[in-house]
Amino acid sequence: MEESIFIAKDVVKEYGDYIALNKVSITVPKGSIYGLLGPNGAGKTTLMRIINQITAPDSGSLIFDGAPLSKHHISDIGYLPEERGLYKKMKVGEQALYLAQLKGMSYDEALLKLKFWFEKLDILSWWNKKVEELSKGMAQKIQFVVTVIHEPKLLIFDEPFSGFDPINAAIIRKEILELSQKGTTIIFSTHRMESVEEICDHIALINKAQTILEGPIEKIKNQFANNSYEVITIDRVLNENDYFSIISQKENNYSLLLKEGKTQQEALQSIIQQTEIISFRKEIPSMEEIFIKAINNA
Amino acid sequence: MRKIWLIIKREYLVRVRKKAFIVMTIVGPLLMAALMIVPTYLANETQELRTIAIEEDGFEFTNQIEDTDFLHFSKIPTEEATLLKNDFSESNYYALLYIMGDNFTLYSNQQISLTVSKTIENQLEQIIEHQKLKAAGIDLTILSEAQSTVHISTKIITEGGGTTNSKAEASMGIGFVCGILIYMFIFMYGTMVMRGVIEEKTSRIVEVIISSVKPFQLMMGKILGVALVGLTQFALWILLTIAIASFAELMFMDEGSMTTELNSTQQSILLSELSNLTGGINLMQIFVSFIFYFLAGYLMYSSLFAAVGSAVDAEADTQQFVLPITIPLILAFILIQPIMENPDGPLAFWMSIIPFTSPVIMMVRLPFGVATWELALSMGVLILSFVLTTYLAGKIYRTGILMYGKKTSYKELWKWLSYKE
Repeated sequence: MEESIFIAKDVVKEYGDYIALNKVSITVPKGSIYGLLGPNGAGKTTLMRIINQITAPDSGSLIFDGAPLSKHHISDIGYLPEERGLYKKMKVGEQALYLAQLKGMSYDEALLKLKFWFEKLDILSWWNKKVEELSKGMAQKIQFVVTVIHEPKLLIFDEPFSGFDPINAAIIRKEILELSQKGTTIIFSTHRMESVEEICDHIALINKAQTILEGPIEKIKNQFANNSYEVITIDRVLNENDYFSIISQKENNYSLLLKEGKTQQEALQSIIQQTEIISFRKEIPSMEEIFIKAINNA
Repeated sequence: MRKIWLIIKREYLVRVRKKAFIVMTIVGPLLMAALMIVPTYLANETQELRTIAIEEDGFEFTNQIEDTDFLHFSKIPTEEATLLKNDFSESNYYALLYIMGDNFTLYSNQQISLTVSKTIENQLEQIIEHQKLKAAGIDLTILSEAQSTVHISTKIITEGGGTTNSKAEASMGIGFVCGILIYMFIFMYGTMVMRGVIEEKTSRIVEVIISSVKPFQLMMGKILGVALVGLTQFALWILLTIAIASFAELMFMDEGSMTTELNSTQQSILLSELSNLTGGINLMQIFVSFIFYFLAGYLMYSSLFAAVGSAVDAEADTQQFVLPITIPLILAFILIQPIMENPDGPLAFWMSIIPFTSPVIMMVRLPFGVATWELALSMGVLILSFVLTTYLAGKIYRTGILMYGKKTSYKELWKWLSYKE
């Protein structure tokens, strides 16, 4: 079995009568980019706050890197919350140094690493500016740097691309993937399904305080695929047979559904006997479709 | 521990470097000095000799009215007076006193100073009084012999059996100043803490920070950082005031020795009197207690202010929560006067034990002498309350700072207290 960086088991969190998390379990494999999905108010933020030890669960167990989650793990985790900001009246460099030191870095180390990152993202000229002089996107870049500066084993991003224009979003995406390649595990929460498809390899779907889906993204997609195929043929002469039925046809573009107990090979064979194939493709649902389907079924 | 120290350092430096802090630090003592120096200066200035013209039929008042240090009276003929009334600016007179039977009027081409009109009024009253007494057949010499003044010297029997001079005036002065200072300090720096919390909430930096430190650490770091700002400002005020006062004294002394001997001797009399006045008061005890109530009172109130800051989204929403906190403080402020008049009464006692008013009221009472057990009880209660309010405020704070865009009610606050961490 692959190693896990973080395991939550049966985590419960209540606020008075309101249940934010009801026996939620997730397993985040080491080195993965793990998408934490769910509608608004599902409990994602509460779960992320629990991982960051901002709040403690009422019950359930939390394992970080093989040991129960405890205070000293704070410096192993980096968190970019959805509700984020900086002190407006403070200078950029001074503020970045302060936040890095709060994560447990020494002054000298923080200064060295910050200069490296500021140079890398070409923002060194902002060092002595006040945050209020910067645009929203510029401030977000600084927040990104401050989140990753202490080189944590686990990075948690809540809607990391909000507030970025497409160019800067691409820069940040590149940096996230680079960190992932270096071995950092990334938990990634978002509503934007296209970015989930683009960068995540594992997902968990949380709805109404419960985990309703979890696992590698291909496995989940297969699970939601319903044996339908998209076939494009050279002419328009395809007929139904014992192996498949035709759901819809648009000129030479067919949507087929396998009949019970028949295999993909058998269906393909029967088509080849009828006509020549341009493309034959299993219809894989998009994350968006899965998201909506899973939540409506729940 | 290192983290809370980092927070204290940031909170302190950010505020101390602000222009407003530097301006307040310099302007504060200057204002205080101005308050002390300007009246003295003005009082010296009015010493010039002024001549008042008198117009009356006969010499009844003219003969009896007496010249003073700065007023000289002289009767003028009616024609001249009529001229004067038409054109005053040409004359050398300061004012014209017009007497017509029982009617007295002062004419002048400028605003007549209150001291001048009061002096004249008093003299005229006295003259009329004497006339009436004479008319009633009372001999004035007997009357002046009968007049007598009494001065009571008050002494306090101390625990050791000796006596010290009781100095009610000095006690009142010291108590008043200490009480007001503590009131101001709690108010200024308590709201400063509150504004700091709101700033962190509205700028949304708070969640970034509490992923590194505990909310309680952030709250305490802020409270302690601001406390240091207050102490710094206070210390700078004292130093600057002393500097300005000694500088001013130096100037006055110089002037005094050059012009009149009176000024400098007067001043040294004043100084010796001052030290004599405070002689019976335990200044050391007052100083130590002042620092204690200064800090403990601030710590208790500022944690409440921090809780309020955490519960709202903008400063405009603070009203409903701030009011119940400030009412006892304002009450203490209003009660300073009545308590100074009866510093050992039951009101004074209870107000100096109840922690919400004790920092101000105990400081007002202290110079009059307070039993040791009362002081210890008051301090103990305050320390306990500080621990309790900080604990409760911490609970509200850690929930409040993560609540956005929701109008908070008292019911909500009560619920937050029951949330587990």
